[in-house]
Amino acid sequence: MRIKTTRLWGALLLALALTLGVAACGSDDDDGGATTESDGGGGAIVSNPDNGKVSLTIGSKNFPEQEILGEIYAQALAAAGYKVKSDLNLGSETVARKAVKTGEISGYPEYASTALTSFFGKEPEEVPADAQGAWEEANAEFEKEGLTAFEPTPFASANAVGTTTETAEKYDLETVSDLEGVSEELSLYGSPECPQRIDCKAGLEELYGLKFKEFKSVDIGLRYTVLENGQADLSILFTTDPQLSAEKDKFVILEDDKEVFPAGNVIFVTEKSVAEEAGPDYEETILQVQEGLDLAVMQELDARVELEKQTPKEAAASYLKSAGYTG
Amino acid sequence: MIGALLSSPALASIGGAIEFIFAPQDSSVTGGRQVGGFDQVVELTLSQLELTLLALGLSLLVALPLGLYLGHRGTGELFAVVLGNVGRAIPELALIAFMAAAIGVGVLNLTIALAVLGVPPILANTFVGIHQVDRATVDAARGMGMTEFEILRKVEIPLAVPTLFAGVRGATIAIVATATIAPLAGVESLGDFILGENVYGSNGVLAGAIVVALLALTLEFAFAGLQRLLTSPGLKLRSA
Repeated sequence: MRIKTTRLWGALLLALALTLGVAACGSDDDDGGATTESDGGGGAIVSNPDNGKVSLTIGSKNFPEQEILGEIYAQALAAAGYKVKSDLNLGSETVARKAVKTGEISGYPEYASTALTSFFGKEPEEVPADAQGAWEEANAEFEKEGLTAFEPTPFASANAVGTTTETAEKYDLETVSDLEGVSEELSLYGSPECPQRIDCKAGLEELYGLKFKEFKSVDIGLRYTVLENGQADLSILFTTDPQLSAEKDKFVILEDDKEVFPAGNVIFVTEKSVAEEAGPDYEETILQVQEGLDLAVMQELDARVELEKQTPKEAAASYLKSAGYTG
Repeated sequence: MIGALLSSPALASIGGAIEFIFAPQDSSVTGGRQVGGFDQVVELTLSQLELTLLALGLSLLVALPLGLYLGHRGTGELFAVVLGNVGRAIPELALIAFMAAAIGVGVLNLTIALAVLGVPPILANTFVGIHQVDRATVDAARGMGMTEFEILRKVEIPLAVPTLFAGVRGATIAIVATATIAPLAGVESLGDFILGENVYGSNGVLAGAIVVALLALTLEFAFAGLQRLLTSPGLKLRSA
């Protein structure tokens, strides 16, 4: 009798496992179909034993969205069979690009717009508005220095002038141009680099002709804190910030009507020789896993890290799993 | 050998950093504005110095009376030592972020955060300096009819000057070096150069580090000089 019961439970468990397995496969196909069209793949990443000979180090810059992207690429490449280390939190783009050039890291995610304005001397208004055009232009420049950039992600991120809904109502602000005439009474907060950058305060001054009551620099992590505690009237935010959708009634961004803040899709920058050595799975895996990264998904991942305090590693793993890229 | 040294990339970038200190340089992200140069270096140095002195002043205000009192009484050694060690372990950035929500960012936030670095060495050294004064000397002073305050002022403090100053000098170095994080909390400092590599380039980062080091050395020499002035002649004779 006892044996029978055990068997019965065993059979039940097996059935359950099979059902779940089938369901999981089903959802794989759904997600794949929904998010990947171009390469027709989209399903789980297949581990290739040949890749085990290749060691890769994936880097990222020093804020949550970058670390999440770095983790997604690192974990996906590990699933494809590569030996992967990560070196996230590298600092600014200058540091990250240098690290790729010296071989300290194999590659890192960069915003195409940042690459063009920060590395290649383009003015913000010269950055192509479409993702494909910006990528082609950035890639052509990268190729000149022995690097290459893979195709862009679906989502784009940009700097934005943000404020509280209260302040926006008080001064009747919808676009950045609406700040004309009132900006002299308002304080602006941004990163320590912001005052000098053309895609930040320098651009607001030169291209919009705005002057602010004062500028104070703060850590990127405090960009909402200073709005919340009432110190800042205006703060430089990112369009992918989860706070903008999670706390819609609290914070708004002003429309960049003169396009001082070019939107940038993420392109993975790596050294050509590294890409050749690593074989076709390197590029294919990266393009495959970023197919699902539209604005809503990226905001959700940013929210898990910035608001729900998950680690970038956890957020990346759950993304890869729920999108069906890993088991 | 010297030729190889001179052409090494390390020295080349020191050259670039020194150029950055004296003349404004081009930058790729500023839309044509030049950055760095002597005026900006002086402005940021003064801002860093001001913040350093404010934080040092607050540390002294807190740690000195407490250290003198505990040292004179000869009690609270555990307290002074534990506080000294725990103080060193507080992460500055987390402290700044924590205070940002309550009191906002700015000079007050940074002065407190940096004073947290300055209090432990001053407190520990003041305590030890006073406490280590020969008890026979203190008893003799008491026997001569000095009040407790007179003993502290005329006997213990003069004898503790070298140890006490070691604490103040340690605190100063810690504060002036850490004041480079000020731009993360709304105050300009030489940290602008160090944190803004995209704007100022690696020359700017190195220039910032060099100027901070020079500022730290200047303060160190200034306090060493002050210490010599304040040390009683008798004590100098004894240690010579």
